[in-house]
Amino acid sequence: MHFIFKTRYAQDINLFRHGGQTFWYAALALALVAAPWLLSEYTLSQFTFIGIYAIVCLGLMLLAGFTGQVSLGHAGFLAMGAYTEAYLQANGWPFMISLPMSALVAGITGIMIGLPALRVKGMYLSIATLAFGFILEEVVVQAESITGGNAGRQVGALIIGGINFDDGVNFYFLVTGIAVLCILGVLNLLRSPTGRAFVAIRDSEVSAQSMGINLAHYKTTAFAISAALAGIAGALYAHKIRIITPDQFGFLQSIELLMMVVIGGLGSIQGAIFGPAFWFVVQQFIVTGKDWLPPAIGQQTGLQPTIFGIILIAIVLFEPMGLYGRWLKFRTFLEIFPFYRKGMFKRQKSYMKSERMK
Amino acid sequence: MTTPMLEAVNLSVRFGGLMAVNDVSFSVWPNEVFSLIGPNGAGKTTIFNLISALYRPTAGEVRFEGEVISRMPPHVVARHGIARTFQNIELFEHATVLQNLLVGRHCHRHTGWWQDMLFTGSVRRAELEFRRQVEEVIEFLDLQHYRDSMVAGLPYGVRKVVELARALSMRPRLLLLDEPSSGLNTEETEDMGFWIEDIKQDLGITVIMVEHDMGLVSRVSDRVLALNLGEVLTLGTPEEVQAHPGVIEAYLGGVEA
Repeated sequence: MHFIFKTRYAQDINLFRHGGQTFWYAALALALVAAPWLLSEYTLSQFTFIGIYAIVCLGLMLLAGFTGQVSLGHAGFLAMGAYTEAYLQANGWPFMISLPMSALVAGITGIMIGLPALRVKGMYLSIATLAFGFILEEVVVQAESITGGNAGRQVGALIIGGINFDDGVNFYFLVTGIAVLCILGVLNLLRSPTGRAFVAIRDSEVSAQSMGINLAHYKTTAFAISAALAGIAGALYAHKIRIITPDQFGFLQSIELLMMVVIGGLGSIQGAIFGPAFWFVVQQFIVTGKDWLPPAIGQQTGLQPTIFGIILIAIVLFEPMGLYGRWLKFRTFLEIFPFYRKGMFKRQKSYMKSERMK
Repeated sequence: MTTPMLEAVNLSVRFGGLMAVNDVSFSVWPNEVFSLIGPNGAGKTTIFNLISALYRPTAGEVRFEGEVISRMPPHVVARHGIARTFQNIELFEHATVLQNLLVGRHCHRHTGWWQDMLFTGSVRRAELEFRRQVEEVIEFLDLQHYRDSMVAGLPYGVRKVVELARALSMRPRLLLLDEPSSGLNTEETEDMGFWIEDIKQDLGITVIMVEHDMGLVSRVSDRVLALNLGEVLTLGTPEEVQAHPGVIEAYLGGVEA
């Protein structure tokens, strides 16, 4: 058990609050750098996927977990990024320019979708974004000259400065590098006035307004940043998959993204990484574990989604704060061992539910 | 003659068939504590919502230092230096006390989101300065102990103080307090009274408050406006208002004819 003695305000602002944190994150960075030499090619490819999805989830977490605007159309932003990248690359744009362009196109789409958010709230907003997702999917199918329609579109090899990034290891480093930059950007936002304005809007719009926060401006900003992150991930996704079709960016994808964020733990940056990591790792375990079962059970159709579904339901039921919440409890257990009590994280029921002004 | 700090001119607001506020006019002078009293449904909170522009008046207008504010969006009104608290406490529940207070400094930010994203030197300097200013408020209201606590876990009395602290963090010129003593025990109400006096005398902030506790009202108020059913009953010193027959009638009911 340790106690941090604070002597400067900067200690509350710094990304790494104390030496222990710096040490563990450095160890994590080292592990990420060493991963290509430790893991098989297939596992590394799965890690790359986790990195790509972590970027989308980061954006969705910022929007749903920190600003309180739940989007059911995030696959649409992913599609905007993927198709922009595929199109620009085919027209000879270098990646260093086409990647920011993908983010920009997705971000502008995000602003357009964010506009209804100024009028509608909660469930109604989710339905508006859901409708947007459907519209965009249809647009992608119809705009054959750009997207290749239902037949899909090939994405060319990714070469930056003469280095071929289609190679598994190089691409892994590219994705990891971009993911780390995105995470740092979002962390910076959250420790600054912009991030506090987001949280304020999430918790009470009426008092956010009375504190001088321009709701329209910050909601649109949240949508734009969130969509731009999805756009970046979309561009990387296009290069990873190499052939993109409209059905990859359907409603189911949007739901899966939201699920990852909820499983990871709404309102935590770690959750945006835990979510997709859990998603891929557990599915992989189920696939591998199936072979250990007697064939009569192991070969049943639909076994994998059933088990996975049960696991997801169990998490939502028993750990409302998601994997991050579980991690928090585990860490506290270690930190204050042996004084951890069972009910420590049980939240006191608030005895005064405020009547929110509509 | 100076201009009043805040002026309500023939203010009316109608919700459907209900005249919630009917032709109310009053002026609040710099550095006074001005109280609104009246039975439930008198339109006190509605007047607060009109001042902070959460409602639009059906007729009339509100002027702040001569400027009409009743047509502005709420966040612009806040930037003019008007802070408020809410009757039912509207804190940011899933944030720490410190973060709540820092939101109060929002009006005074000069950085854009792109600078925030890069956490440039100017953002860092501004953050440290905000923190220093917020610490002054924490010290003023004795909140040191709760600095890093989540609001969601705090008792009611503390939340009330945190909300006052958040409003003070804005360094407003006009502070609207909606029932500052509701839900507080005698001792906490006593503290609240001292703080309101200090806010007026030491910080030089003008205060308008809605309050039911007549003890607190008489102790801190310079002038009191009594309302009933959306209309002005009387305006005067706390003693005058309490002795006014209309006020007694509104609270206790009239003599049967």
